[in-house]
Amino acid sequence: MSETETPELDASAEAPSALPLDAWHRARGARMVEFAGYHMPIHYDGIMAEHLWTRAHAGLFDVSHMGQLMISGPDVDAALEQVISTDVTTLAEGRQRYGLLLNEDGGILDDLMVARAPMGLYLVVNGAMKWDDIAHLREHLPDDIVINHLADRALIALQGPEAVTALKRVVPGVDSLFFMEAGPFLWELEPLWISRSGYTGEDGFEISIPAEHVTTFVEALCAQPEVKPIGLGARDSLRLEAGLPLYGHDLDPETDPVSADLMFGFSKRRRAEGGFPGEQVILTRLANGPDRKRVGLLVEGRMPVREGAVIYAGDTEVGRVTSGGFAPSVNAPIAMGYVSASHAAPGIALEADVRGKRVPLTVTPMPFIPNNYHRRGAAK
Amino acid sequence: MTRYFTDEHEWIEVNGNEAVVGITDYAQSQLGDIVFVEIPAVGTNVTKGGDAAVVESVKAASDVYAPVSGTVTTGNDALNDDPSLVNSDPEGEGWFFRLTLEDPSQLDGLMDAAAYKAFVAAL
Repeated sequence: MSETETPELDASAEAPSALPLDAWHRARGARMVEFAGYHMPIHYDGIMAEHLWTRAHAGLFDVSHMGQLMISGPDVDAALEQVISTDVTTLAEGRQRYGLLLNEDGGILDDLMVARAPMGLYLVVNGAMKWDDIAHLREHLPDDIVINHLADRALIALQGPEAVTALKRVVPGVDSLFFMEAGPFLWELEPLWISRSGYTGEDGFEISIPAEHVTTFVEALCAQPEVKPIGLGARDSLRLEAGLPLYGHDLDPETDPVSADLMFGFSKRRRAEGGFPGEQVILTRLANGPDRKRVGLLVEGRMPVREGAVIYAGDTEVGRVTSGGFAPSVNAPIAMGYVSASHAAPGIALEADVRGKRVPLTVTPMPFIPNNYHRRGAAK
Repeated sequence: MTRYFTDEHEWIEVNGNEAVVGITDYAQSQLGDIVFVEIPAVGTNVTKGGDAAVVESVKAASDVYAPVSGTVTTGNDALNDDPSLVNSDPEGEGWFFRLTLEDPSQLDGLMDAAAYKAFVAAL
């Protein structure tokens, strides 16, 4: 018996490093794997149970491998807008937006979050990309812009419908945040930066904390009856059900934001004014329509269709699966992939090739299950 | 009846010229929640060490190799309805397929239960 597909495991030339919670994960019985250059927990009790726990209660994720950057300096908003898609100029303090780091051809170098903090712009970038991102930002931002890599901070996500109930017992006041809002909080006199956001489609929070205090902090969270630690395996199945792309799989430098269906990351102002890398390519593709498009795919039967599977319309190859697996909350296999624009409309029937067998697919809108965000102004 | 084990974590229980094949408890514990098993069709000729079945966990697809060469006579259809039998009873109800042995001498290189237990303990 051997594993033939390990889409989550990224090769790294150097030996993996330990994250601040390494010993804590092992003591909790985690099975550790290498990811993004670190030893990380893939699961504790099992992916299925952890996934369903997060959808019903609150799951605690160690995402300390991700890059936390504080960017500041003269005209930092305009400077950052030269390299990312996000509308930074109109970003109010305590607000957060999704964005894309772009190359000159309009290709996606990484996806990220940017929030306005009192000290500057706080960015969270993908762990596997952070060193490349820092180098790219240093090369393309003016010399008087300071990029502070907050390598001494851990990052914890608490996700699920009961996340707010559990977290506000430990950090009073966090329930004042709405989706995509962020702010400074104190926990036992330690400075936290907390945003109401995540990567599961659920309500939840992402909490930045000094690394030397993260173990006692997660102990305090896991003492809450709603909270269990969740590994990378369920993180992947949760984000796939939420229709959220994973960099390096669903997004890469050869993919532009129009094809990736991520134009919501560009405000009306930014589309009108331009001034981002690959502007011509992206705006032309937006006007003319992309050749291919990222779509959700429902899979008939029980056999998972995974990354790399070729998608057909009859005998014609029309695309490829970029993420796929069994979706515990859907209780069926689901997938995400790119198909030619003429085959991207919801309801279109396609097939995937899995080990020489044709598996019926149906193009479907994403998310696969409804989002459960705590939006400002939304009736709840 | 004698049960043998491979270093790829398959088990094979032999009764005369017939045998039953599955994956071990260690294998299922490493795979985690199993959501699909692709069983070879009846009449398939499998080759010792070659691909025989595919087991899919939430996370990944894994090949299951034939412990010996032979011809598949029955697949465990219960796994179509409930693949989690491989998690709950891997060395019993979660069997994969039955086959007719082509060359019983191929069993000679396999481990017995004690040897396999020592093999897993050393992993």
